Parts: sequence; structure tokens; C-alpha cells
Amino acid sequence: MSTETLEKDVKEVKKTSEPLLSKKRRTLLTNPLDEDNPITIQVLGICSALAVTVALKPTLVMAIAVTAVLVLANVVISALRNTIPNRIRIIVQLVVVASLVAIVDQVLKAYSYDVWKELSVFIGLIITNCIVMGRLEAFALGNKPWDAMLDGLGNSFGYAWIILAIAFFRELTGSGKLFGVKVLPYEYIGNGVMMSPAGACILLGILIWVIRSRNGYVED
Amino acid sequence: MSKLNKNGNNYIITYAVIMTLVFGSVLAVVAMVLKPKQDMEVLLEKQNFILKAALGEDAISSMSDEDVTRLYTETVVADVVKSSGDIVETEEASVDVFKEYKKPKDVRNLPVYTIYETKEKKNVVSYVFPVYGKGLWDFIWGYVAVKSDLETVSGVVFDHKGETPGLGARITDAEVQSRFKGKKIIDANGEMSIPYFEKGEGNDYSNMPQQVDGLSGATITAKGVSSMLESYLLLYKPFILSHKK
Repeated sequence: MSTETLEKDVKEVKKTSEPLLSKKRRTLLTNPLDEDNPITIQVLGICSALAVTVALKPTLVMAIAVTAVLVLANVVISALRNTIPNRIRIIVQLVVVASLVAIVDQVLKAYSYDVWKELSVFIGLIITNCIVMGRLEAFALGNKPWDAMLDGLGNSFGYAWIILAIAFFRELTGSGKLFGVKVLPYEYIGNGVMMSPAGACILLGILIWVIRSRNGYVED
Repeated sequence: MSKLNKNGNNYIITYAVIMTLVFGSVLAVVAMVLKPKQDMEVLLEKQNFILKAALGEDAISSMSDEDVTRLYTETVVADVVKSSGDIVETEEASVDVFKEYKKPKDVRNLPVYTIYETKEKKNVVSYVFPVYGKGLWDFIWGYVAVKSDLETVSGVVFDHKGETPGLGARITDAEVQSRFKGKKIIDANGEMSIPYFEKGEGNDYSNMPQQVDGLSGATITAKGVSSMLESYLLLYKPFILSHKK
């Protein structure tokens, strides 16, 4: 009896619910790529953007790892959002994120040992990536799992393309390579500044400047 | 059922306990399921390093994982010695160089890997000694292969936990490691004298038996490597001198 009414409820909700990729939902995916980008507009997740972007390969793995953690954490928190006691919600978020990060870390160690060795330090730091906690607080706690998933994907991609862009220029100018393959002539001497986080900071600053002047964002 | 008071202490404590149990068990299961695969990866890396040090980067890097393991089991014999030079009856597989590093020098178990030319364990190609030490930020380690004359370095492999990418982390570059090739661990007087990184980079030390072209911008890591080689290879001194023909 009770399950019947429950199913009926669900059906009713479905009838009135909006299409899976409605216009509003598409903006959840596209906004973080540009005008609401977590790095260039909100200036979150800078720590890892400076640290891992020495070369493209670790950066790509980091982007995938952050995507996995952010999407899953958003979905889990969103699914639990009505049960989470307000007073310990940050702790709950931390437990979810930390567990997911530990799982990603262990899976990488088992199936991509080389990359794990290079990245395990940074993988652990995903826990403190402000983008993850920021999205959980700002979005997942107040929205349904599907929307939260789209939001997670959008923000991860927004994060990913920025760090990949920085890594592209850092690896190219710093060591003359792309994905570890020498592309510039052998005579090219790598620019040491680009190999250090300072170089990343300069590049990131330029990137933020370009993007903000393009989409006209001004700090309040 | 009446609506739960979600701000009450009982609810919060119950919620926290259940959450801890659920996430704790999920993590425990994941760790247990992945453990055998991870251990295999660690073992494979060790075999890879030992063979790379002894036979050269080129010979090994093109081999598949199975081939590396087969070559290792066929041609490598692992022994454990003490700093007195005596071989002890300890399984090499049970020796963790990192744990031994923390013990006083005279009680450490020191693995020695003897690489033979053929399956029948004839004709020693080289001896490989593990080394362990400190770099700039964290631990560094590696393997040093010495030719059967126990004098000439045939190759080294270094690895690190957290050296600076592009600077100290270059000790993992094949080119940097190849600088140790052909260096001597014994000087003209027959005494042990360990190769070390010189200051500066880009100098030619090819006629020097111990000096190795250094790492510009990574002085402390380079010093760490030098002192790691010195302190660890000297532990093998009795073994090396007694096996030297």
C-alpha cells in the first residue's frame, strides 16, 4: 500500500519534471567553462592549478581524478541532502570527499602505478580543493542529484581546461615537450621559471586577465 | 511516524556513527580488494629497477611486464648480507629497505642481487645493491649495479618521493642516471671511493673515476644522492672486498 503511493508520487514528480537537458540544465554544464569558471572567475583551486601543471600527463590525470571526485561527491551529498544534519554538514562533506579521494588514490595505485607515484601527494590534496567543497556547499546541498551531477561535470571541465591550458604552455616553454615528447628543436633550452610554480602563477594571471577581459567580468 | 528532529543530539550522533561505519567499511573493502594488485605493482617495479640498473634502460623499457618478471626469476639471485659481509639466512622478499634504513647500521639486513648471464646461474654479469637516503624534501632511493669486477658501475636507478619536479626530480631521468655509468667505486689504491655529484652542470668528467657531472639547481638533492651512495655502498664494503677477484 505504502509503496504504491510512493510510486505514484514519483510518477507525478516525473511528469512535471523538466527534460534531462533543459536549457537551464545546459547552463549548469556550460557556465563554469567560461563566465562562472571556478579558477578564472571564482579563483578557487589555485593550489593544485599551480602545483600539478608542470607537464600535461599528470595534469590530465589530475583533471580526471578531480572530475571523478567532484561528480561523485556532488551526487552523494545531493542524494543525502535531506538527511544531513545542518550542524555537522561540513564534516559529512569532508568524510564523503575524503573517502572518494582515498578510493581514487587506491585505484590509481593498483592500475596506474607510475602516475600514482607522481601524483599521490596531489591526489590527497583534492580533499582540500576549494572547488569541491565550494560546489558541495553552494550547489549539492540544495539541488537534486541529476542537477548536482551536471554541476559537478561542468565545474570539473571548467577546472580541467584551465589547468590543461597552463600545463600546455608550461611543458612547451619549460622543457620543449608535449606529453613527454620533444616537439621543439633540440637546441631549445627549457625556461626554468616555467618549471617552477612561479611560472604557473604568471601564466595563470595572464589567463585570468584574458578571460575576464573577454567576458567582461568585473569584481564587485 | 513523527518527523525526526534533525537538529537533536541523538539524530546527529546516530548519523555520525552510521556514516563512519558505512564509509569506513567501504574504504576497508576497497583497500583489501586492491591490495594484491598493488603489491604486484610494487614488486614489478623493484624487478624493473634492478634489471634496469644492471642491463641498461634500453634493454628493459621495451619489455612487457611478464618478460621482466621472467627474466628476473631466471637470472637474478637475491641474498641478504650483514654489514660484516656475512650472508644470512633471511628471505630477501621479507626485507624492506626502508625499514632497514631506520635501524642502526650494524644490524641492518642488506640485500644483494646477483645477476647471472644464463639460466644456469653461470657467469655473473653484475651485482646490484639497493641504496636509501634523504633528498631535499623526502626520501630518495635506488639501485646501484656494479660489474662482476666489483669495481665499475654498470648503471644506477634512482627514485624519489617528493623532489622538486624539473630540478631534484631529474635524478629519475635516464640521462642523469647514465652519468654514473663507468664510474669506479674503488680507487687506484684499492680502497673504496664512491662516485659523487660534482658542483655545477655541463662539465666533462669522463676521465675522472669518481666525479659525476652535477645537477644545476638541485644542489641539495644531488648532495643527498652522493651521501646516500657513500653511506650505503660502504655498508657493503666487506662483501665487496671479499668477493672481489
